[in-house]
Formats: sequence, structure tokens, C-alpha cells
Amino acid sequence: MITYIFIFLALLAIASALAMVINKNTVNSALFLVLNLVSVAGIYLLLEAQFLAVIQIIVYAGAIMVLFLFVIMLLNIDAEESLFDKFRIKYFVAFLLAIAVLSQILYSLGNFSNMLPQISSEMAEIGTVEAVGDVLFTDFLLPFEMTGILLTAAIVGALLLAQHKIKPGSNND
Amino acid sequence: MEPVTTTSYIVLGIALFLLLNSAALAVYSERRVAAFIQNRIGPNRVGPMGLLQPIADVLKLILKEDVTPIQGNKTIHAIAPIIPVVTALMTVAVIPFGEGLYVTDINAGVLYLLAVASLGVYGVTLAGWSSNSKYSLLGGLRAAAQMVSYELPMGMAIASCILFTGSLSMLDVAGAQEYWWNFFRNPIGAVIFIVASFAEANRTPFDLVEAEQELVGGFHTEYSSMKFGMFYLAEYMHVVIASMLITTFFFGSYHLPFAGYWLPEMSVTAKAVLDVSVFTLKTVFWAFVFIWVRWTVPRFKYNQVMKLGWEQMLPISILNFIGLAAIVYAWYHFI
Amino acid sequence: MDYLHDLYAFLPGIITAIAGLIAILIDSYKDDHDGIFGLTVIALFAGLVIAVMDMFGPVGEAFSGMITYGGTAAFGSAVVLFGALFSVLISREYLMAIDHNFGEIYALVLFATSGMLGLASANNLVMVFLGLETMSICLYVLAGTVKNQKMGAEAALKYFLLGAFSTGFLLYGMALIYGATGSFDLYQIAQAASGDLLFVAGGGLILVGFFFKVAAVPFHMWTPDVYQGTPTTLTAYMATASKSATFVAFILILSRMLPAGAADWSSVLTVIAILTMVLGNIIALVQDNVKRMLAYSSVAHAGYLLVGLAADTPEGYSAVLYYLLVYTLMNVGAFGIVAFYERQQGLDFTDINNYAGLGFKRPAMGVMFSIFLFSLAGIPPLAGFVGKYQVFAAAINADMLGLAIIGVLASAASVYYYLRPMVYMYMREPHKDLPLVQPGWLFKASILILTLLTIYFGIAPGGLSDLLASYYSGEWIVQIAP
Repeated sequence: MITYIFIFLALLAIASALAMVINKNTVNSALFLVLNLVSVAGIYLLLEAQFLAVIQIIVYAGAIMVLFLFVIMLLNIDAEESLFDKFRIKYFVAFLLAIAVLSQILYSLGNFSNMLPQISSEMAEIGTVEAVGDVLFTDFLLPFEMTGILLTAAIVGALLLAQHKIKPGSNND
Repeated sequence: MEPVTTTSYIVLGIALFLLLNSAALAVYSERRVAAFIQNRIGPNRVGPMGLLQPIADVLKLILKEDVTPIQGNKTIHAIAPIIPVVTALMTVAVIPFGEGLYVTDINAGVLYLLAVASLGVYGVTLAGWSSNSKYSLLGGLRAAAQMVSYELPMGMAIASCILFTGSLSMLDVAGAQEYWWNFFRNPIGAVIFIVASFAEANRTPFDLVEAEQELVGGFHTEYSSMKFGMFYLAEYMHVVIASMLITTFFFGSYHLPFAGYWLPEMSVTAKAVLDVSVFTLKTVFWAFVFIWVRWTVPRFKYNQVMKLGWEQMLPISILNFIGLAAIVYAWYHFI
Repeated sequence: MDYLHDLYAFLPGIITAIAGLIAILIDSYKDDHDGIFGLTVIALFAGLVIAVMDMFGPVGEAFSGMITYGGTAAFGSAVVLFGALFSVLISREYLMAIDHNFGEIYALVLFATSGMLGLASANNLVMVFLGLETMSICLYVLAGTVKNQKMGAEAALKYFLLGAFSTGFLLYGMALIYGATGSFDLYQIAQAASGDLLFVAGGGLILVGFFFKVAAVPFHMWTPDVYQGTPTTLTAYMATASKSATFVAFILILSRMLPAGAADWSSVLTVIAILTMVLGNIIALVQDNVKRMLAYSSVAHAGYLLVGLAADTPEGYSAVLYYLLVYTLMNVGAFGIVAFYERQQGLDFTDINNYAGLGFKRPAMGVMFSIFLFSLAGIPPLAGFVGKYQVFAAAINADMLGLAIIGVLASAASVYYYLRPMVYMYMREPHKDLPLVQPGWLFKASILILTLLTIYFGIAPGGLSDLLASYYSGEWIVQIAP
């Protein structure tokens, strides 16, 4: 049963990712990305990583993609021209490179023939909120705080770039 | 926990059945309460006391012609109304109705609630965009901005409840209020949560989304027939769900006030009946408050909504959280 | 866990981060630019003092092995803080002159510095990534500070897109390495390392990410545009502090995480070093814009630094550290003086033609500019010469004679373009008689200190070199059987 759910979610994830890239309409692309994120969250759930799954939906599907959609809708971007209209040598090289990378990944993953890992109770413990929180505030304390600084800096930076007015306090205004 | 008997499951079944139909009931009660507040009679022709009015409404909606804007995006236009209904129903999965009476228990249940709530934004936004109409688009964008803004104080208010629970499971949230409701321990959080719930459900005084004077019908201007009906139902489902969440997080869930101190031991079945009744009554009360507020409080301006959310509720909720965290820490470590 | 000990180990980073937060608060409530400037300088100076003291202190790990302190990390932190401090000191007048003296800029510089400190003392790939990102995001914004010019927007966008792209490489590499070894800790990765494809691919992708960030050829495309579009004193910050932090992290990763047995990292570095030195110097020859010239020169300097890394010996690493300090001194000074000339109204003072005759107008500035340029060219007895000498000597001692010869030849070619501004300044008639503005005492004092240090480290490198060499004595590198 679990295997079937996995196959379903995996196919959904791959299909939505492909559809996202191929689709001409940007809003549709964004929606397929949401679908992709949700199906990946489902795969996390199968791996008993509940916290990660829920956070993935809250942060990516719920917050970031909504803002994406916002921008796309407000900018009213026209449908792009299709990728496959005309043949260009660039695309061909890119395609070959993609094949190379894909085969490398497949080769590297070839050792792991079992599709789904056996999830022991210890592994399930790791995915809980308690375990994540515990590690976050002990071993990964410094990275956690650093992330706070990173996000603050990003917000301050975005505001600095978005402000149009010349601020008071500078010389000639 | 004691074993849950078949009777308990029957009680649970009845509760869930009522829930599914609660939207219809809520529509009816809104019209009756509105009439009562405005000194009118309200719908009283269909069935006894007008109780069959919702069925008539739905029948009428189904029989109407379904109009789709020709310039709009038809697929998304069709999908959009389903999203709020689905997310509203998904929420119920983790809410406990009584001791041992719940659909499922997720380790990160509270986060699950927030996640599902955050997905609800899509329905409104997409409906606004796919209609290809200025009114709809503005309504959808307003709704999305408002919901995203108020998710933050709401999350902080919930987090301040979790301080007393020490667990993100909804069962523990309910169980921890057996002696003291969270409302008594965390009144500021409760007020913030209630206000944010109103905003999340897009109800007055936060119903900027469908401000008639400015936006006609807001995001559902271009919807008709049962697609409109689904938005309509989803709105009332959200009211009911919001009432249930207020009850669960701050008003003792299925516990009577200070029940742990005085409530005698009971048989499982009796407890189940009592729990479900208590829970239902509280939910009905809060749903009534939602309607009551709608017909008494005027609508905010949009900038006021944003200002209230970002400049007042968010800082207050964060300070409340930090203060409570300090108190809880001191309580466990120094007293 | 002993939190106080941990806090002390990362004190410079914590001071700068908190100062950044306070700067934002001051900016939003009081709009007091002088206060923010003072706070920034005090925080950076305090951090610098602590980092310098740490250089002589013990070596160890803190925050559950997330960072190291003492030794390489302390020296890296000191160089980063030094570059940041002097960039800020020379920034104020320049930013006021171009009417962009925003409080947020100082806050972002502080945040970026704390990211760089995390990067320079990282002992874990998570910290490497977070440090690099904190630094990069602040720099993207700083590159686009001047919004009303096309150049600034172009710089910010190019930097952001290419930077995000390179971060992708880095992250992908980290993911593969985690897959191959099951750890993010540099030592544990080295313990679990093997020559299998997953590990080598991961290591290669991480190298690519770092090549992007240090602007090595062929990943240097963004450098000239970004350096040109950024306000000049912030370019100085970008060119020195961020490059130093990235190179220190590069050293930490190469010496601790990527054992030589797993793959021939050294020859990869050799090829990139040759490309970077040769192309950087050749393209710099034809630049007419001083900032672009300095940008390509910084690409070339990345090449010299890579020579030291390619040597893969203790001598090479300590030479790179020394070079970083020297490079910071020279570049902050050179950019600072370019910024001074740019403050004159009326002419575009990044164009080399407009430097004609400037040397005699403010003789002290002209002389100091010449000293920095001579030092960049590597002419004895200035610091740049000692830096280059040590790096090339390390390469020769590691049996890389060819690499060293190419480096020396490229360096000789670079003398041409470093001398060009001087030729214009002293041997051409000025086009237009412009009175130069009077620089403030803070600016003059900072440039003077930089000049004196450039001369000092050229004459007396011994003490510092010995200290740096001592970091790499004993069991400094992980030896693993392939």
C-alpha cells in the first residue's frame, strides 16, 4: 500500500515538475509548482518526517508561492513562447548536459535498489517536532541564529532596494 | 485512556454528520439572527420555522445557469471554488470532539492546522484572477494579503498556547485545559486569536474582500450557480471551523470550566455524550458571536486592516508570547 | 555545554550581528546617521581587537563543532574585520557625497561581516553555506544601492542572478557530499571520504561554487560589471572582505574536508589558477575604466591566491593567508583613493583619461595611490611583493615550477596597467582645471594608516609569516587512504 502511495506521489511530483517547466502560462506554472511542493511534502510524510512535511506546506506552498502568484498576477505576464518552437544548438547542448547529470545521479543512486527504506522507530523519532526542536537549539544553535541574521538582512535589503524616496538625513533634499 | 466504545463512535459519527451540515445550518441561522437583530422576521416559509430554507437555496443554485467568463481561465475558474471547501473539511481531521473522540492524531497537529489554513488562500486568489475582472482581481488580492498578514498573529497566539501544552498534538492541547482553560491563562492571546480568526474567515469587520460599495461581490463577482454556492458554503464552513478552533485552543475544548476539580468520574458513554454536547454548545456560541458581530460592527477601511494586523496585533502577539514564555520558564524552574 | 566559552569563541561575529540589529533600530526610530556610523566603527574595531587577540590564543572548536576558533579562523576573521573597518571608515564621506548615506548600508555591512566571520571560521558545511549566503545577500543589496543609475541596478541584478546560480552549485555539491559521507562536519567528511563518484562530484561542485564566489576564470564574468556599478567604497569592501572570507573558508575546506587521496584537487586548482592569472591580467591591460581595471586586477589576484592553494602545502596555505592581508590593505587603499577622486563633480573620475595631471594637485593622495598601485603590481619593497613572493615560493617548493613561472610572467605583464594611471597622473596635462575637494581627517588618517601598513608589511613580514606558519605545524591536514 505504502509503495503504491509512494509511486503515485512520485509520479505526481515528476509530472507536475515537468508541467511547470513546459507550461506557457506563468500562473499555471506557479500552480504546478504548488502541486509539486505538496506532493513532495507527501513523500516526506511517507518517510515519517511529519515536521518537515508540514513546514514545507506552510512555508513554500502557503507563504512563498502565494507571494509568487501575487507578483505574477499583478505583473500580468504574457504567455511565453514555447521552448520547443525552434531548434537551437544551445538547447541541444543543454539537453545533453541534462542527460549527463541525470545519468550521473542514476549511477550514483544505483546501489540503493530498495525503493522505500525500512523505517525503524528510531528513524520515525527523528522526524517529530520534539526531535527537530531539540537539535535546533543545541547542536545547530549557531546556524539557527545565523539564519535569523540572514533573514533580517534579506528583509532590510529588500526594503532598501524597494524604497523609492531619497531618505531624509542625507545632504541635498 | 479508557477504551472507546461503539456508542462513542456513534456519538462521533453524529457530531461529524452535524458538522458537514453545519454550513447549511449556519446560513439559516445567519439569516434568522440578522433578521432578529434588525427587527425583522427572516425566512420562515419553507418548512417549519423556515428550517428547510437552506435546501431550497441549494436547489435554486444548482438549477441556475453556470456562467463562465469567456476571457477568463476556465480550468482555474472551475478548480478555485473547490479549494476552500476542501481545506475547510481537512481541518476537522485533527480536532478532538471529546475524550478519545477524534479522527486522527498528528504529532504536529497544530502546524497541520496552520498549513491547511495557509492553503485556503489559493481558492480566493485564483478565483479572483481567473475571472479576468478588475473587481474580482482586487478582491482576490485583498483577501490574499489579508489572510497572509493575519496568519502571523494567529500563529503567535497559537504558539503562546503551546507553551502551556508542551506538545503540538491537538489531543494534548485539549487535554491540558482540563483544569484551567487557556483563556484564563492567556487572555491576550485569546483576544488576538479571535480577531485573527475573523480576519482569516473574511468576516465583518474584515470583509474587505467583498466590500459591495467598492468591489461588487469581490472575488466571486463572476461566479454563478453552484460554483458560487461552494464559495458561499465554504464561508460558513470557515465560520464553524473558526468557532471550533477558538473553542479548542482557548475555551477548554470539550472540558467544562475547571472540570478537573469538580467533575465526578463517569462511564465512557456518558462522558462521550457530555463532551460532544459541551463542545458543540461552545462552537454554536462562537458561531453566534460571528454572526452577531457581522450585523453590529461596521467594516474597516483596508489600510486600517493592514495597520491593525502588522503594527498592533503582530507586536502585541510577539510580546505576549515572549512574556508568557518567561513566566512559564520561571514557573517550572524557580517555583 | 559551556555556552559562555562558545560565545567567546564567536564573539566578533556576535558583536557585529548585534550591532547590525541595533543599527536598524536606530535607523527606524531616530534616523541618526552619525550614531550608526559610530556604532559600526566601534563594533568592527572591538571585533578586530578580539580577533587579533585570538590569533595568539589556543585553537579549538565551539558550538558543537560548528565553528573553529584561533589559528586560521582567527586570522581570517581579523583580515575580514580589518577590511570591513577600513571600508566603512572611508565610506562615510563618499556616501554623503553621492547622497546615499543610508543607515541601512551600515547595518547591511555589519550583517555581511558577521556572515563572513561565520564563513571564515566554519567547521561545518551548514555554517559555510549560511555564512556565504548572509554575506552574499547583503552584498547583492549593497551592489544595487545606487538605484537611480542604470549601472547600479545592472550590477545588483547580475550579481544576484549569477550568485544565486553559483549557490545552486554549492548546495548541490554539499548534498552529494552529505549523501556520500552522511555528515556535514568537515573532519567527519574527511574521515568518511572515499574516491567514489558521489564524493568527487560533490567536491567538484563545491569547488565550482567557490570559484564563482572568488571570481576565478571562467566564473569571473560578473566581477567587472558588479565592481563598476557598486558605490566605490562598498566595492572595496566587496573586493577585500568577502574575498578574504571566502578564501579562508576555501582553505578550511581544502585542508580539512577534501583529502588529497580522493581526487587530484591540486591539478584542478592549478588549471584554474593559470587561467585566472593569465586572462585576468590580459583583459585588465585594455581597460580604460579604473574600477574595471581594479576589478580585473582582483580577478588576477584571485589567481595568485589559487596558486598558493594549488601547492597544497602548509607553506602554501600560510602564504595565502599572508597574501589576503596584503591584498586587503592594498585594495581598500586603492579603491579609497579612486572614491576620493570620484567625489569631484563634473567629470567621470572612473575614466582613466580624467586622471591626467591629478598627481600634482593633491600630492599626498597621488603618492599614496602610486604606493598602492606599485604594491598591487608586486614591486619591492612593498607588501604586495612579499605576498607574491611567498605564494610563488610555495608553488616552487611543491614542485610546481611551471605554475610559478606563469604566475611571475603574468605578474610582470600586470605592471603595465598598474603604471598607466600613474602615467596619466604625472605625465599628462590636465584637460580642465578642477579644484579638488578637501578630504576629511578620518578619510586621510585611514588612507595614511593603510599606506604605512602596506610599507611595513613589505619591509618586515617576518613576525607575521612565522605566526601564520605556526598554524600549520604539526597535524594540520587529514591524511586518508583513498
